[in-house]
This record gives sequence, structure tokens and C-alpha cells, in this order.
Amino acid sequence: MSVHITRADVAKVAKLARLNMSEADLDRYTEQLAKMLDHFEDIDALDLSGVEPMSQPFPLVNVMRPDVEQPTLDRDEVLAMAPAAEQHRFRVPPILGIDL
Amino acid sequence: MSEQIVPGWELVVGLEVHVELATRTKLFSGSPNRFGDDANVHIDPVTLGLPGALPVLNEHAVELAMRVGLALNCRIEPCTFHRKNYFYPDMPKAYQISQYDQPLNLDGFLDLPDGTRIGVERAHLEEDTGKSTHVGGDGRIHGSEGSLIDFNRAGVPLVEIVSRPDIRTVDQAKDYVNELRAILVAIEASDAKMEEGSMRVDANVSVRRPGEPLGTRCEIKNVNSVRSLGRAIEYEARRQVDLLEAGDRIRQETRHWNESDGRTHTLRVKEDADDYRYFLEPDLVPLVPDREWIERVRSAMPVLPAARRAALGAFLGVPADSAAVWTVVDRGQDAYVLASVDAGGVGERVLVYVQQAFAEAGPNPAVPADGLARLTVMERSGELTATQAKDVLAAMLETASADPAAIARSKGYEAMDTSAIAVAVDEAIAGEPAAWGKYCAGEEKAAGALVGRVMKATKGQADGKVVTALLQERRTANG
Amino acid sequence: MTPRTAVDTAAGVRSGSLRAADVLEEHLARVASREAEIHAFNLVTQDAARARAADIDRRVAAGEDLGPLAGVTIALKDNLCTRGVPTTCSSRILEGWKPPYDASVVERLAAAGAVFVGKTNLDEFAMGSSTENSAFGPTRNPLDTSRVPGGSSGGSAAAVAADFATVAIGSDTGGSIRQPAALCGVVGVKPTYGAVSRYGLIAFASSLDQIGPFTHTVEDAALLMEVISGHDARDSTSIPQPAMQLRQELGKGVEGLRIGRITDLPAGADPGIMARLDAAFAALEAQGASIVDVQVPAFTYGLTAYYLVAPAEASSNLARYDGVRFGMRVEAPDTNAMYSATRAAGFGDEVKRRIMIGTYALSAGYFDAYYGKALKIRRLIANDFAAAYAKADVLLTPTSPTVAFELGSKGDNPLAMYLCDTYTIPTNLVGHPAMSVPFGTAELGLPAGVQIMAPTLGEPVMFRVAAALEEAAK
Ligand SMILES: [Mg+2]
Ligand SMILES: [Zn+2]
Repeated sequence: MSVHITRADVAKVAKLARLNMSEADLDRYTEQLAKMLDHFEDIDALDLSGVEPMSQPFPLVNVMRPDVEQPTLDRDEVLAMAPAAEQHRFRVPPILGIDL
Repeated sequence: MSEQIVPGWELVVGLEVHVELATRTKLFSGSPNRFGDDANVHIDPVTLGLPGALPVLNEHAVELAMRVGLALNCRIEPCTFHRKNYFYPDMPKAYQISQYDQPLNLDGFLDLPDGTRIGVERAHLEEDTGKSTHVGGDGRIHGSEGSLIDFNRAGVPLVEIVSRPDIRTVDQAKDYVNELRAILVAIEASDAKMEEGSMRVDANVSVRRPGEPLGTRCEIKNVNSVRSLGRAIEYEARRQVDLLEAGDRIRQETRHWNESDGRTHTLRVKEDADDYRYFLEPDLVPLVPDREWIERVRSAMPVLPAARRAALGAFLGVPADSAAVWTVVDRGQDAYVLASVDAGGVGERVLVYVQQAFAEAGPNPAVPADGLARLTVMERSGELTATQAKDVLAAMLETASADPAAIARSKGYEAMDTSAIAVAVDEAIAGEPAAWGKYCAGEEKAAGALVGRVMKATKGQADGKVVTALLQERRTANG
Repeated sequence: MTPRTAVDTAAGVRSGSLRAADVLEEHLARVASREAEIHAFNLVTQDAARARAADIDRRVAAGEDLGPLAGVTIALKDNLCTRGVPTTCSSRILEGWKPPYDASVVERLAAAGAVFVGKTNLDEFAMGSSTENSAFGPTRNPLDTSRVPGGSSGGSAAAVAADFATVAIGSDTGGSIRQPAALCGVVGVKPTYGAVSRYGLIAFASSLDQIGPFTHTVEDAALLMEVISGHDARDSTSIPQPAMQLRQELGKGVEGLRIGRITDLPAGADPGIMARLDAAFAALEAQGASIVDVQVPAFTYGLTAYYLVAPAEASSNLARYDGVRFGMRVEAPDTNAMYSATRAAGFGDEVKRRIMIGTYALSAGYFDAYYGKALKIRRLIANDFAAAYAKADVLLTPTSPTVAFELGSKGDNPLAMYLCDTYTIPTNLVGHPAMSVPFGTAELGLPAGVQIMAPTLGEPVMFRVAAALEEAAK
């Protein structure tokens, strides 16, 4: 792999992950993430061709539930926990740009 | 080709249709899947993406999605769920559980009434988002002071049906959506109401010179009716042709159809920030429908609307895609029409009555099929005029009667004999000399005044066809 | 004085010879005297606990037969949802949040008659190996308060070691139960993935997380497993099997069992720790087991695979902390700015680091090089383990390469901290059960743990070996 993570990469990732970062944060994370990725290069030596990826430890299939209503949560209890709510809805600041 | 929006240019359209499935509960939790209720009442830890909540797949949603796949001639495949990661306030977990490289339904098609076959690339399961309303700034997202989120819709099961870019005309696009809607309703997968948002259509539109490779496409969103879909595609195609003819390039972007100004507007430009970081949803396991399960679903499938329209059309000797046939099949009244004709009814009249008078009657109208059959026979034989027959039918609907003759008698509808009508016709000619003159000069519309006078004089009991025949007879004799 | 076990407590309370209220007060008295120093808890729920204990005593007096944990005091890791009781994951971002529901495990423990004494401290969102990464300050090791209890379930381990509660519940994503158990000298179990429902466990890495017990004895651990294991329809990854029956295994001995020694185990453990491992092999051999040499070549790649898979899943699991529906919000002029400000202020450094690395590993262009590769390494490790388990019934390794280390000693070097989990991580990647059993002391006279690993659903044989080691350690 040996891709080197750049400061620009880190800035882009921070934006994707919605984490505000100062210039100093960016420097620090770039250095730390680069070190980690270097450390992870031990797997470069492995021949993984023909190896099936394993995303779940225990192989189950077709786990489903019947289409039956279950009790819902109390709206007032839930909205009381929200940072901002009005008209029985969760309130957020203006959304800039539609979608995404 | 007259269908070309701009001569020399070919339109290429693919449609992505999101359909809410008619389940009782959500895709991954037991909250009700119900439209139109008070805000934030159908909520639970899974719907709200609360910490620690885990999704469990709704079996009925899977079966409805399988029905969609079977109706669209897809292969039903072993499949998986992925997380599509993005932040938006109506997306509670900041990821949508959807299907990615292994969807449930693959590689099918839908035949349009005109015989054109439109490929269906896939039809996959995913969850819906919540709904935002914008406060301040006239309720528009731009310039708003904030947004309010209702999560009732979040987690409602959707099937996303992605067509291949096989659509070449606006009419085909509309036909595709109409046919798809009819299928979805018939298989009881969805109520498929575009105006309520239970069916949402996005159009991928591009243009090219015939024979050239595909052009850059734009995705059009916010189309809320079949009519708007046609207008939006047409506008967008012209916009693209104008740009290309002016030597400009098309920018790949998502555009928003604005119903009031009849234009599409840039919503967002595709940029590399669109990075959904798809990965297998670790909280769910693969779905592997076995042959037995698929066959069980298949065997419960009803006959699809296209086949029913063909059967009805052929039986009645009318075109399968006539408006009356579409309507009757859409309402599920085709079996009733067939039964009525089997009972001796006059096919063409039965079809018209069911189309026009049975809008509220449902698939099993209260009027027995043989009763309607008798009514059409009385009308055909001249025992009842068209006006009288309509009146009798209204009474039959009210009382769920199977006996039109009794109703006709109680209303005093006796068939007038031709000689009595002839007297009334002659009186009308004498009373409307101007109209008569015009009629004799070949102005067919002038007959209206004469027929009207006859009907008034006979209190509507004269058979219109007989009146017309008599008028023609008199004119020929006169000429 | 040896602490009273859960088995003895429940027997006493059920027979009426012991009052749940008295048991609770003994524990609360110890909390009152040492909690300020140790900081095992984010919250001590003494009022609710007292009401609950009184209720249990009343019901026993009324002739009701309470469950197998009647009157047993339990500390819950603060990443388990408890209805109406603040649940923080030791993060600012969840401050003030009270879940409107109970985790499945919490329901089962309550139904078995348990008395919950509080929510224990952890590394924020279970990311760490020392419980120093808590927004509410570190937990200290009751055996030496200059040292860490391990992590991330350090508060639960410390609560049991200090006898603030008879038993505790933790979660283990890469060693977060076993390593603190070893450092605090208690028993800690990571069950087979899917054996215990994750419903209501606040996710760190969904395909690795498992809930398990901390106890003083192997028998208590077996009892806890019997209560918390078994199918749960609310967790799609829950194995459709009834609860495990493990206490019946404990007396069976190890005669004839094959105990695997991994000859290519990554080096790095302290000599005192390796000496205890050798002593464990010798003790089991003396009880009639045979020691067999096995290889697990891919073991060594576990750390890298883990530090790609776990952060990748975490980056997605932690995206829901967005200031919209619950928890903290930092106001900002638009929604995206609000997200970024809230998350920057609400998450600590280690959490942000893992979100960053995980986001990067999943992002377009890097997926195959990182996340995709890590999933293949999981398979390699599983294949190697399968070959090893063809020769051996269980495998033994150290739990932690060192004894409890001093607070602050790993400084700002995340990689040094990650090495704490070298021996525990591979079993999480493949979903196998593993447990740590205290086995004497190593460097500085501090406790050493031996890790017993078994194949999927191999808890019965794992507990047989654990009981034998416990016996030998006496
Ligand atoms: Mg789409
Ligand atoms: Zn979609």
C-alpha cells in the first residue's frame, strides 16, 4: 500500500467525518495517522489473492422478524432529551445545500 | 420522428423509482409504517438511531420486494445490506441501510403498452429518511431560519427500482411510470401515490445525436406527478440541446424540477465529496431466498395488469390500452365486467357503465353482474333510452338491485313506439325552422336543437338513435 | 478477607439467611471509603439499588423464589443502556442523555434478581486499554492506585477488584474485558460473538463487540454467562441457541484435554508474564492434560487488521452523535457547522483519531488497500485458528504482555497503547470465546492473567480449563 497520507487528505477526511480541526490539529493528526499507516504496512507482505473477506464472525442468514407492531417511544420523553425541539419536531439550524 | 423533442437529437432517459412498501411496520423495527399521522409518533430506538439500537429485517417487506422483482421479471438473488454513510438531519444514524453490490432483484424488464421493452437493472430494498420542514424564509430551504424534523417516515421500507437508460420518448417515460404504478398496486406492494410521496420518480436525462455514445446525464428530482415528469424531461432535454448546440458542455449534476416556473434548477454538482464509504452492514446478516420461498411468493402473485388488460380487450373486442380498459383493470373490476358479459351483457355498454358509474364501487360492485347485463340488453333492444338506462343504473347502485326491468317500470319508463316519436320529430321541425334549415344545408350540429326539443317534449323517453334516424330520413326526403 | 461470591450471595438471599439490603450496604460502605481514590464509577445508583434490595428482601420473605442472581450486586459498564439512568460512554457528547430503554443484558440480569449499583467508567466509547481516555478522568487500579486498571472496561474490573460490587459487566472489542481483568486480578470473559445479545450495548465496532462478565471466581463467571447468554430476537447477529449451561462443566477436570501452545506467538511479553504462562501449562499437564505445539502464523497481523476494522466500523457507528436527537450540541449558523463543532467538542482525542483513520480506510480509493485487506486477514486468522484447533482443544497465551502499568506511562503514543491488546485481539476478529483467569503474580508482585482461547461456542471446554487453572492457582 505505502500510500502516504497528506495534510490535504486529513483535511478532506475531517470534513467527511464532520470534525472541526484547527491548523494545529491537522498537523498533529497528519503526523499520527501517517505513523499508524506506516505501522500497518506489515500486511503489505501478505499474499491475499483468493482469500475470501470475512466481515462477520458467525455465519447466519435470513434473520427476520414478523411484520408486527411493537410499542413506540413516548414522544415527549424523547423530545425532552433533544438539544432543540419545537412543534413536536427536532429543530436544527438552517440546512445549507440540499441533499448530502 | 414526431416524438423527437428537437429534430436531430435523441433523448435518453433512465428512471429511478422509490416505492414505499405497504407493510404494517418499518423495515428494521416494529414502529407503524403509516402516513399522515401526528409528527414523531412512530418512533423507537432503531428509527431514531439511538445508541445501542439494532436493526432486524421485516420479513413481509422482503416478500413484497420479492413480488416487485418477480413482477418485473428479475432474478431474485442472495443479497446483503450495506451502510451508505452521509450526514443529513433527516437521516438518524448518519447512514442509510441499503443494498449495494448485491441487491435482491436483478436484471429484469418492463414491457410498455406499445410493446417497447424497458430494462430493469435492479430493484433493491432500503430504508426511507425522515421529513424536514423549513421554518422562516417562506418554507423554502434557502433562506430558512432552521428546519424541523419528523422521523415518522424514517425507516419505512422502500424498493428502489432502477431502469436501464432504454427510454427514448417522453410518452415512454410516462407509460413506464403508469405501467409500474399499476403493477405495484395490483401486487399490493404499495399504494404508489406520487402525490403522497409513496412513489417518487427521479429521471436521468441525457441527449445525443442518434448513433453516438451516451451523453452526460443530469438527474432530475422533485417530480410529483406523471404529467410533471413529462414536462420536466422535455424541459431538461431542450436545455441540454440548447447548451450543446451553443458549443457548451453538460455538467453532471442533480437538478430540481420547479413546478411553478416549469424549469429544472441546479441542486448540486456531483463532486468528489460524494463519498458514501459503503461497507457491509455488520448489524445484519445476508438474505438468501431459497427456491421454495421464491416459489411460494411467486404462486401467490396475481395476474398482472397488462395481461388482464389484454384479456379484457380481446374478450370485448376493444383496444387493450383504451382508457376504459385501463381504468377498469386499475380498479380491479375486470373480473366483474367479464362476469357481466358472460351473463349476456352487451360488452361495450358494460365496459362504459363500469368505467363511468362504478368509480366508488371497488372490485366487487353491489349491483350483481347479471343485473347490469340485463340493463344493457334492455338498452340495446330499445326498451330503454341511454338516458333512461343511466337513471335506472343509478337506482340499481343505490339499492344493489339486480332487476332493471322493475326499476324501469316503477319510473314509468315505457319504450315509446316509433310513430309517437315521429310525431314529436315533425313538431320539432315545425317549431325550429332556423335549425331545420341549417341542418338541411348540411350543418350536422344543428341537429342538437331539434333532438333537444324532441327530448323535452317526450320527457327524455325517446330513444336518441331513433330520433336521429328519423331526422335523417326527413332531410333525405326534403332534399 | 475473600469477597463473597455471587453464587453464595444468591443462595443466601434465596434461602433467607442473607439479606440483600445488608449485602448492598457492605458494598456501598466500601464504595464510600475508596471510590474517591479509585473512580470506578461514573454514577453510583445507590437510591435505586437500596429500593431494589429492599424489594428483593420483601419478595423473599413473601415466599417468592427469586432468580439465580437474587441480591447479587452488579456494576454495569457505562456503555450499556439503562432506562432513565444516564449512560455516557465516558464521553462529553452523551452527557445528560438518559436512554429510554434497557439493554437486553440489563433486562436479563434484572429478571435474575440482580441489584445494580452503578455505571462504571471506561475509555471513551471503549477505545483504549487503560481507562485513561475517559472524559470524566481515569480509573485507578485498586491493587496499586498509581497504576491503571487496564481498559476499556477498567471501571468494571476495578469495581470487582475493590469489591464495590460482587460482579460487573463489561464489553470486549479487542480485549477490553480480558486485559483489565488480568491487570486487576479478576476473572473476565469474552463470549463467542453472538452468544450474548448486543441490543442496548452502545456500539464501538459492531462485528467485534461482545458483552461479558467480571467476577472473582470462575463459577461466578459461569453463572453470569448462564444468565446473559442465549438468543435475543432484537439482535440479528445473536446465535439462535438457548442460554449456555456452564457450571456443570466446572468439575470435569482437564484429563485428556489437549492444551495448545502457540509456538509463533508474537514476542514482547514481560518475563514474569511468560513465566506464569509456563506455570499454567505445567499445572494443566500435572492435572492430566497434554500440551501440544501449534502455529497460528496470521496471529501477528491481528493488530493491523483490528486497527483498520474497528475504526472503520466505529467511524460509521459514531456518526449518529450529531447534536440532532440527543446528547450535546454546539450551536452554529448552519447544520453542517453545528455537526462539526459538536463532534469536535464532544469527542476526545483517541475517539477522533479512530474516526479519522476509519473514515480514511473506508473512503473512495483506499477501501481495497485498507478495509478490504483487513477483512481478508480476518479470514487468514480464522483459517490458522481452525488448523490449530484441529490439534488442540484450547489455546493458552498471556492475556496482557505486562502487568498493570503506571498512569500516564504510555504518554501520547497511541501505538504503544495498542500493543497492550496483541494477544487478545485475534479472537475478536474471528469471534471466538476467550477468558482471562488470574494466575499468580508477575513483575512487582502484580497479578498476571492467563488467557484461555477456544473455538466458536467452545465455552464449555474453556470453562473446564479455567476451573482447573483457578484450582491450581490456590
Ligand atoms: Mg439512487
Ligand atoms: Zn435510494
